[in-house]
Amino acid sequence: MSPIKLLAQFFHLERKDFLRSPSFDTSLVILILMGLGALYFAVVFVGLGIGIYFIAEEVAPQNPFGWINQGLWVFWLADLIFRYMGQKMPITKIKPLLSMPISKSNIVVFSMLKSVVSPFNWLYLFLWIPLYIVLLQQNLDPLGVTTWILGVSVLFLANNFLNLWANNSPWVFGIAFGALVIAGAGKYFELFDLKAFSGGLFEALYQTPATLLAAMAWLAFLVWGSYRFFLAGMFLDDRFSVKAEVARTTKMAWLDSMGRMGIFLKNDLRLITRNKRAKMAVLSGIFFLFYGLLFFTNALEVYEGAYWKVFAGIFVTGGFLFSFGGFVPSWDSSYYPLMMTQKITYADYLKAKWWLIVWATLASTLLASFYALMGWEVYLAVLAGAAYNVGINAHLVLLGGAFVKTPIDLTSAKKAFGDKQAVNLKTMLIALPKIALPMGIYALGQWIWDAQGGYLLLIGLSLLGFGLRNPVLRWIERIYKKEKYDTIQAYKPKS
Amino acid sequence: MIHIEQLSKSYSGTTVLDIERLQIPSGTALGLVGNNGAGKTTLFSCLLDLIKPTQGHITNQDLRVDQSEAWKDFTSAFIDESFLIGYLTPEEYFSFIASLRAVPQSEVDALMLELAPFFNGEVLGQKKYLRDFSKGNQKKVGIAATLIGKPSVVVLDEPFANLDPTTQFRLKDLLKKIASQGDTTLLVSSHDLNHVTEVCKRIVVLSKGQVVQDLETNPSTLAELENYFAQQAPDASIG
Repeated sequence: MSPIKLLAQFFHLERKDFLRSPSFDTSLVILILMGLGALYFAVVFVGLGIGIYFIAEEVAPQNPFGWINQGLWVFWLADLIFRYMGQKMPITKIKPLLSMPISKSNIVVFSMLKSVVSPFNWLYLFLWIPLYIVLLQQNLDPLGVTTWILGVSVLFLANNFLNLWANNSPWVFGIAFGALVIAGAGKYFELFDLKAFSGGLFEALYQTPATLLAAMAWLAFLVWGSYRFFLAGMFLDDRFSVKAEVARTTKMAWLDSMGRMGIFLKNDLRLITRNKRAKMAVLSGIFFLFYGLLFFTNALEVYEGAYWKVFAGIFVTGGFLFSFGGFVPSWDSSYYPLMMTQKITYADYLKAKWWLIVWATLASTLLASFYALMGWEVYLAVLAGAAYNVGINAHLVLLGGAFVKTPIDLTSAKKAFGDKQAVNLKTMLIALPKIALPMGIYALGQWIWDAQGGYLLLIGLSLLGFGLRNPVLRWIERIYKKEKYDTIQAYKPKS
Repeated sequence: MIHIEQLSKSYSGTTVLDIERLQIPSGTALGLVGNNGAGKTTLFSCLLDLIKPTQGHITNQDLRVDQSEAWKDFTSAFIDESFLIGYLTPEEYFSFIASLRAVPQSEVDALMLELAPFFNGEVLGQKKYLRDFSKGNQKKVGIAATLIGKPSVVVLDEPFANLDPTTQFRLKDLLKKIASQGDTTLLVSSHDLNHVTEVCKRIVVLSKGQVVQDLETNPSTLAELENYFAQQAPDASIG
């Protein structure tokens, strides 16, 4: 088969893989979100490309072009770091290809080509092209500007391969990291000036067009090196295998005294500590803790006003509730049939989850004590938010869970945000009162009495919800039972 | 006693299970055989109340499985990997199941000792989570867990598949021992006619969701079954 035809075949497979994946609609939503993200960056880049030279003229009127060159290393480094965090070698489905009459080098070449069409690369066109046009109109040498723009894009494209290589080879990563440390130390101890180095390096692309050849050689070296590296690793047990992690056994005997609830809580704690996806959820819950700073410090003008304080109180203490609780019972989706055939009643199961959410909310509230430094009114908003989360929202997330029918792949860290749940109408309707209702309750209290009255009304209703937890949980249990068969069916691996 | 009457399941008009009447007295070892799509797993799923039958119901020791949950106290099952918790070690998984069934740890340890030949040194003390075990070893863990707490009804879907030959023989011995004690109702589905006829005293053949044969095992059963399945295969008529 000719290489071109083979490439066409590969693309054909990719397209089918996407269109026929069991989570197609999920992927589509993510793709749309990513598209919007890309659009955002494209707009920002176009703006930057047009504007940066004029900004440089403001800041450094004597030598705007030199100023750009001096700062370019920061941008180059940021690009590399972002790639390291976000861009992975797109090679997952090599298994069925290895035994086919396709040369290994073709598979590697295809994977590398695929990496080139990543947004990490083509988005830069939105920056380089307008910048090139602007620079041409300045009083600069057109040939120099051309070699400069080509050289810079080549250096950024080279990052693509440097990242792929470093991402998979600890050696290359070590060398790259070491170079960065030395550069950082050199700057810190003022041994040499990165700004001048960067200025000189990029300036050379303009002054001496032949320097472009050096940049291209650097790219060629990285392409060749990573190609050899991946080719040598084209075995199932080598570069592309997932290494089993060493299991840590934890007894957690302190939970044994809690009876049946302790059994579930033990399992939930193991779930959280041993699965990437669950860890991500808890981490994002911790981020929520600091979300209030945006509101309470009046950092953003739109967020001034008392309703937003209630809003912030809910979010600050409810991070875990939203990020973990919102996906109950999907956390247990991969072994749901087991749970349904063991001596487990939905009542015990739900109660354990409820306690976990309540504990986490209380812990968040404790951690959020630092908001007290911003005045008692801010702290009252946090406390009212915590009370509402425990008294009302804990029930609402469990209720919403009865309709969550999206299985969770525990081992993948991806998709922690923006799951299909987001487009499930029923869960959206249940999500609304989690945030809008407390704002409304506060408004009512404030209207009848005053701000304090609003908070007290919120806390009072939350206490009522807390007191009614047993009948409410029993009612939720009945809904779970009704949804049981549908849930089992939805959680089945679609293969 | 497991009692099935007028049980049927259909998906958008296609009937995948249609059993008029099937009674399984307590203590029976029953083998379920049939080609792919015969309805074996569907039947087990109905018994475990994992899917809702279109018509009819199953009672397990006089408890309607779709109305009561009390049958879970004495029933255990291993159907597929969705009965395993991937992020636990085998030891933690066994204790989890044991604590749900209120079985003391000492009893679990005794069972593990008994199952040592079946595990063949590949399950305990591996410092690995279940998700990182091979399919065969995962199956060993799943089967072992069904025996925790001596449940009186044990359901195993394709227990011999994916096991290496030595383990297959050891599993066969294990199941024969359980069957011979006579206090456990053992339901086993299998594609391996040889093993299943050795373990089970009664064989039920399913085809397109219906019971087509119901045999007491005797020395000629294996030959009868082989004959039956040979005729089912369309290729058999060639040559």
